[in-house]
Amino acid sequence: MTSQRVPAIRVQGLEKSYKQLRVLRGVDFEVAGGTIFALLGSNGAGKTTVVRILSTLLRADAGTATVNGFDVATQPARVRESISLTGQFAAVDEILSGRENLVLVARLRHLRNPEKIADDLLDRFSLTDAATRKVSTYSGGMRRRLDIAMSLIGNPPVIFLDEPTSGLDPQSRLDVWNSVKELAGRGTTVLLTTQYLDEAEQLADRIAILHRGRIIVDGTLTELRQLLPPAKVEYVEKQPTLEDVFLAIVGDDGNDRPAAMTVPSTRTNKEQR
Amino acid sequence: MTKHLLGDTAVLLGRSLRHIARSLDTIITTTIMPIAFMLLFVYVFGGAIDSGSDSYVNYLLPGILLITIASGISYTAFRLFLDMKSGIVERFQSMPIARSSVLWAHVLTSLVANLISLLVVVGVALLMGFRSGAGVLPWLAVAGILILFTLALTWIAVIPGLSAKSADGASAFSYPLIFLPFISSAFVPTNTMPGPVRAFAEHQPVTAIVNSIRDLFTQRPVGTDLWIALAWCLGILTVAYLFAMAAYRRRIA
Repeated sequence: MTSQRVPAIRVQGLEKSYKQLRVLRGVDFEVAGGTIFALLGSNGAGKTTVVRILSTLLRADAGTATVNGFDVATQPARVRESISLTGQFAAVDEILSGRENLVLVARLRHLRNPEKIADDLLDRFSLTDAATRKVSTYSGGMRRRLDIAMSLIGNPPVIFLDEPTSGLDPQSRLDVWNSVKELAGRGTTVLLTTQYLDEAEQLADRIAILHRGRIIVDGTLTELRQLLPPAKVEYVEKQPTLEDVFLAIVGDDGNDRPAAMTVPSTRTNKEQR
Repeated sequence: MTKHLLGDTAVLLGRSLRHIARSLDTIITTTIMPIAFMLLFVYVFGGAIDSGSDSYVNYLLPGILLITIASGISYTAFRLFLDMKSGIVERFQSMPIARSSVLWAHVLTSLVANLISLLVVVGVALLMGFRSGAGVLPWLAVAGILILFTLALTWIAVIPGLSAKSADGASAFSYPLIFLPFISSAFVPTNTMPGPVRAFAEHQPVTAIVNSIRDLFTQRPVGTDLWIALAWCLGILTVAYLFAMAAYRRRIA
């Protein structure tokens, strides 16, 4: 779809300060079309600031950024036609129902058949049963699914997901991950910010670590691993993580299932994948 | 972009009107204070006030209508503040829509909500004995003045709605506007007021607007008051609009 030579997102020398606080001190990275790029960093590292600049909500002090080939500073309208924003600070309307939220976005994107689009997405994100309920009655996971569904309307080629799974339970987190993978499979470029290392590891084709306003590392997971000394092969007892236990007991489908009374500990060699 | 301004505003207006329809209490509470003032002044103070009018409720209603608007627009600021705070405005701004449609939708919603409140208050006034022999044209003129006044105050309300730090701050600005009619010809004729107060009362917008509406209701010829009232409304509207748009641009880059 997108030519591989023109990156879907290109950021060069991006700087932004809030008064005395220098949030971004020269950020550079590129995201190839159709890939998932994770921007990893602790709280306050500047991840959200990058996303706000790329989604034309904030002006950079210096540097350039292009999205889908359009400059965010000089062609913001074209950028907005190419993107969609989800997460931390892009809200859903609590007073409207899930369906009304989707119809609203479809109308604002000037699409034909907004009702049909809404119904299809409700079905795809398992929200049909809750379609007519006010969003204020939704659980965190349902709300996030609706949020992502809203950003898919109009099939924008680039999607920004700002901390898409913060505050979600493990099952909802897996649901969101599957949605993101499905998106990238359809050729959508995804830029996601996260502070969860396993999330980046699970989803991203490339990972950049943003620390104190600069990208300090940028590469594939394999490349990042090579930065450390080669892994020694060691035999250790692998305890199931609490998440494994939780998911085993609760069951992936979320239905009640007889709880396993004992969880056998598996003995495997720790794999460095 | 601007080619979508009307369509986008209509879609977002539909959204805000749904909000209002689902929380009709905001319209009810808007009308409680003006109705309470009307009851208080007609049935408690009114007997002792010499307004020079045969019916005090007839004299009082124009000022009460302005108080209704002043109290109604605090909800406009509040609703806008909530939208800014929740992040839904940022979602809209990252979409390919006409950006000012977000503000226009709130402004038109304010107009609709205030017109409903005004109808409720006029209904109560009719029950309390308000009568006017005015025909269709004077009523339309009154509606026009009230719409203009609502728009002017609404654009003022947009400024705190965009820039307030808290929900209380967003709505508190309207208190002075609610009390402005008390220092005007809305409740008592200005000629009993001491010099400086009278000077203020006679040269602030409410007096000119109240006098114009009163003249229209009582089928007296409207004098220069009407032009002064219109000048005030348009002046406030223009200045508030410019400041609101500047505040909007500051907030959304």
